[in-house]
Amino acid sequence: MKRNLNYKPKLSRNISNRLLTLISGIFASIAVLPLVLVITYVLIKGGSLINLDLLILEPQPPGDDLENAGGIGNAIVGTFIMTGIASLISIPIGVGGGIYLSEYSKDGTFSRFIRFGTNVLSGVPSIISGVFVYAVIVVSKVIFGSMFSGIAGGIALSILMLPTVIKTTDEGLKLVPNDLRNASLGVGASMFTTIVYVTLPASFRSIATGVVLGLARAAGETAPLIFTALFSFYHITSFSDIFYEMSSLSVLIYNFALEPYEAQNELAWAASFVLVIILLGINIISRLISNLASEK
Amino acid sequence: MASNKDFLLRNRTRPEKIIDKGFKSLTVFMASMVAFVLISILLVVFFESTEAMARYGLKFLITSDWNPVTDQYGAFTAIYGTLITSLLSLVIAVPLGVGTAIFITENFIPESIKNIIGLMVELLAAIPSVVLGLWAVFVMEPFIRPFLSLLYKYLGWIPFLSTEPIGPGMAPAILILVVMILPIITSISRDSLNQVPFKLRQAAYGIGATRWTAIFNVILPAAISGITGGVLLALGRAMGETMAVTMIIGNSNNFSWSILSPGYTISAMLANQFGEADGSQVSSLMYAAFILMILTLIVNIFAQWIVKSLSLKY
Repeated sequence: MKRNLNYKPKLSRNISNRLLTLISGIFASIAVLPLVLVITYVLIKGGSLINLDLLILEPQPPGDDLENAGGIGNAIVGTFIMTGIASLISIPIGVGGGIYLSEYSKDGTFSRFIRFGTNVLSGVPSIISGVFVYAVIVVSKVIFGSMFSGIAGGIALSILMLPTVIKTTDEGLKLVPNDLRNASLGVGASMFTTIVYVTLPASFRSIATGVVLGLARAAGETAPLIFTALFSFYHITSFSDIFYEMSSLSVLIYNFALEPYEAQNELAWAASFVLVIILLGINIISRLISNLASEK
Repeated sequence: MASNKDFLLRNRTRPEKIIDKGFKSLTVFMASMVAFVLISILLVVFFESTEAMARYGLKFLITSDWNPVTDQYGAFTAIYGTLITSLLSLVIAVPLGVGTAIFITENFIPESIKNIIGLMVELLAAIPSVVLGLWAVFVMEPFIRPFLSLLYKYLGWIPFLSTEPIGPGMAPAILILVVMILPIITSISRDSLNQVPFKLRQAAYGIGATRWTAIFNVILPAAISGITGGVLLALGRAMGETMAVTMIIGNSNNFSWSILSPGYTISAMLANQFGEADGSQVSSLMYAAFILMILTLIVNIFAQWIVKSLSLKY
């Protein structure tokens, strides 16, 4: 047999090589397919239903009345309020915890336990945090005697956000070069001054990106809300309304998808459109900003 | 000219010291909140379920009556549904996810297209599960029903395919779970494949390995700890996933081995019944929630342990 070093396409190892490459390419296209299908369907189906009334009005009670199904205005507002409450709780606590882990802790048992706990907490199913808040807050009426409320929903969401905020703060602060810290401590600044005026500002952008992504995830969650915030057909009219049932886009989609009437199903599609646009928008913008930041 | 006083060494004033110390204590307190929340979730769910635990004991895990009228509760249907849907979705998603990760870490295609595929897979994770559920109910399930009917027609003698698909069921739930865990598996596998040192690959090529020999025998083994960790995280996510599954699985407590029939998962059961449950039903649901939490805890802790202990040292 004559030996040479030319590439022989018919060799079995070369054939199997090409075959495997082809298979992995097919797998990659299959992996991208659901996103394309879901997005196009939501955009076309939901987008065609969008009009100003729909974005402002309250939904009407279920019925087969295509003309007067109402809108999703209160659900949009509710989603923003509850995500806002969740951020008010989880961002200070999460950033504080992240500061402790990265700046103060010396890799002892306590900090390892907290890191471990953060990972475990981020793996707790979202419905469990709903069950927890239901048992602790809704049933006990601990918050000014209110039961199902926007506050309870916000707290349930904050449990989901907390691990994300801690992790991104911890990782963002770790990226700050130690020289900066040493310089600041060297000119006589206290730890507090160093953290607040030097390290936190230096890592602000990466922390903010992570927090915003966590926020976007919380805004799309449904499971923690279905028996903490429940649902409401009405706009909020005053501040005290956060102590009562509150609607959200995700719960509206869930409730109305299961209604037998087409009018409500269409509202569900419209709400999906709004939710997906908001979430994808946040995701893409925050990724762009963090990419721009890393290129500098 | 600055006075001499500006350059004098001075001790920190009392308020400054208090702020400094207080800030540290505050961060310690906030860090402990994580532990506090985690432990209270465990304790609350455990204590709420003690009544059902005392009444049904381990029988709860292996019986499948769920009857609020006679107060008989058993979660076997839901436990079976949770395990079978998450495991089968993993069987489909692992080859897809790891294959995609290989495709976008190897140099098959230009960098820009790789990044676009990677970004698209990550954006898939940003779509809320309730929207995926809506899509599954109105678009995917009607589309795949004929294919499932074919499965039933020709492979109906297998117990797992022994019922006629009538709409919602475990099979569409498995498919939508695949969509939901694919981004986790892909992005974690991609990260761990990217971390494999380049010299390992060069060494493999140097001794005459083809690309795929190098991938299977050198690169994948080197990245296996990260990939396994990602797969386990995905398993945890699949077991706890609620909305999309609730909307498409059919929510039936009648036990059937077949994945073409409607079923239940623990999280779907919670989503469906928790709002209007009372009395011993709440306690039974809490028991089910406790089981779900223990399952996901075990999987997650195991995942962290795998990543730590299985990682190859180069």
